[in-house]
Amino acid sequence: MKISTVLLTLAICYPVCSPAASPDSERQQQLLYLLRHDCGSCHGMTRKGGLGPALLPENLQGKPDDLLVNTILEGRPGTPMPPWRGELSRADAVWLVEMLNRGEGL
Amino acid sequence: MNQLPGKGLRSLLLPLPVSDSLRFPKKGSDPFTLFFLFLFSVICQSATAECLTRGTGDLGVVIERASGSVQVVDTTARSRLFRITDLGDLSHASVVFSRDARYAYIFGRDGGLSKIDLLCGALVRRVVQAGNSIGGAISQDGTLVAVSNYTPGGVKVFDAASLVQVADLPAADAAGASSKVVGLVDAPGQRFVYTLYDAGEIRIADFTNKEEPQVQTFRDIGRQPYDALITPDGRNYIAGLFGEDGLALLDLWHPEQGVRRILDGYGKGEEKLPVFKMPHLEGWAVAGRRLFLPAVGHHEVLVMDGDTWKETGRIAVHGQPVFVEARPDGRQVWVNFAHPLNDTVQVIDTESLQVVHTFKPGKGVMHMEFTSRGEAIWLSVRDDDVVQVYDTTRFTRLAELPAEKPSGIFFTSRAFRTGL
Repeated sequence: MKISTVLLTLAICYPVCSPAASPDSERQQQLLYLLRHDCGSCHGMTRKGGLGPALLPENLQGKPDDLLVNTILEGRPGTPMPPWRGELSRADAVWLVEMLNRGEGL
Repeated sequence: MNQLPGKGLRSLLLPLPVSDSLRFPKKGSDPFTLFFLFLFSVICQSATAECLTRGTGDLGVVIERASGSVQVVDTTARSRLFRITDLGDLSHASVVFSRDARYAYIFGRDGGLSKIDLLCGALVRRVVQAGNSIGGAISQDGTLVAVSNYTPGGVKVFDAASLVQVADLPAADAAGASSKVVGLVDAPGQRFVYTLYDAGEIRIADFTNKEEPQVQTFRDIGRQPYDALITPDGRNYIAGLFGEDGLALLDLWHPEQGVRRILDGYGKGEEKLPVFKMPHLEGWAVAGRRLFLPAVGHHEVLVMDGDTWKETGRIAVHGQPVFVEARPDGRQVWVNFAHPLNDTVQVIDTESLQVVHTFKPGKGVMHMEFTSRGEAIWLSVRDDDVVQVYDTTRFTRLAELPAEKPSGIFFTSRAFRTGL
């Protein structure tokens, strides 16, 4: 197989085959921007909360990562939290939860 | 409460922190007072040295949400006059103006209430009055400023001159749980009206007697009222509901008739889309007898008859509306949209109910503000770090001003309008 074919296969396969792979650095910047400005509409740009709850590390303590990832992707029915799965992959959500837990990007 | 003397002396006091012990004496004779008088005059002179001598009727404030700063802008010259920094977390911020339109009160996300002087480009006073706040209002007579809070819920009311607190109105529901407060507006009769998001209540606080405000509660108005507005005549208060399709209407001429549901089930049978940004009902669009409002979770603007409160039309638009604002003459309604379609603005002709213009100012159009008579509109384009000014007849761009992550734009013409 030619190298270009391998690369092409990898490129097509990548988002599907390795869902747990971290977003690349460009995507990370996009995600942090989204987190700050669009999530920030409800949760505050400083994550201290607004219409939505605060998302600082101390607020998330004791909440399993899976629950947080699912909340991002599927939303929370009965609340204004919308599902972001149309815009975010599971890997994006996993990475965002990591950032939230570490209090990064503030 | 606030026993501050005449206006001149009060302005001398403004740059200093509020303290009960700091009362201006009737006759300044003792050396201590004379020393402070001297100090005040020095502060005052250094402040006035840079102040403008002009009217404020064509000025405005642009919030820079990420940097906690605001710009004071001139809507005639389309230029920036001042930039004021260190105003805390302005990721969600709104502004009201003193009735002389010299001062702007800025309500920040972090509970900060800042009073700025538009002519001097200076912060004159700031209090952090809660952990987390959402908006505010100024009373009919201009003497009180009220702030609505998320954490802890409730409304706090301040003397507009000194920012000394005059009242604290908690927002506990029937079971005692505190509620976030949204949709705070002023109403005729020295009243503030506000809505409890978690409890689903509307309350009227009557400050006719400032020492003993009277609060009236209306329960079970609907689930998750997310924002509210008052019609420009100050008569009808309407809360939008997130938890159900409909709105709650309270006639302030007849509060005894209670709250009634209007546009009940406006989205029935349609699947509600995920809402990536809450619509805002401030800047309620009234054009003639018609009222225009955002449909929550739908790509539609709803049209309602302002006499019968019945839906009279729906206009398909580009995305989920966030702000739906009528040009002051009522001939056009401008609409911006929620993420991810927030790069677009549409203009609706209120006669034909058709979208007559669609354009893309840039990514992240956060807010729109008309000049007082509507020949121009200012748009904040967050991701491009600019404020753009458009001609509302020809739709041409008149100016572009740099601004750091601009969001809300507020012009002093609001000083003379109920509910803004």
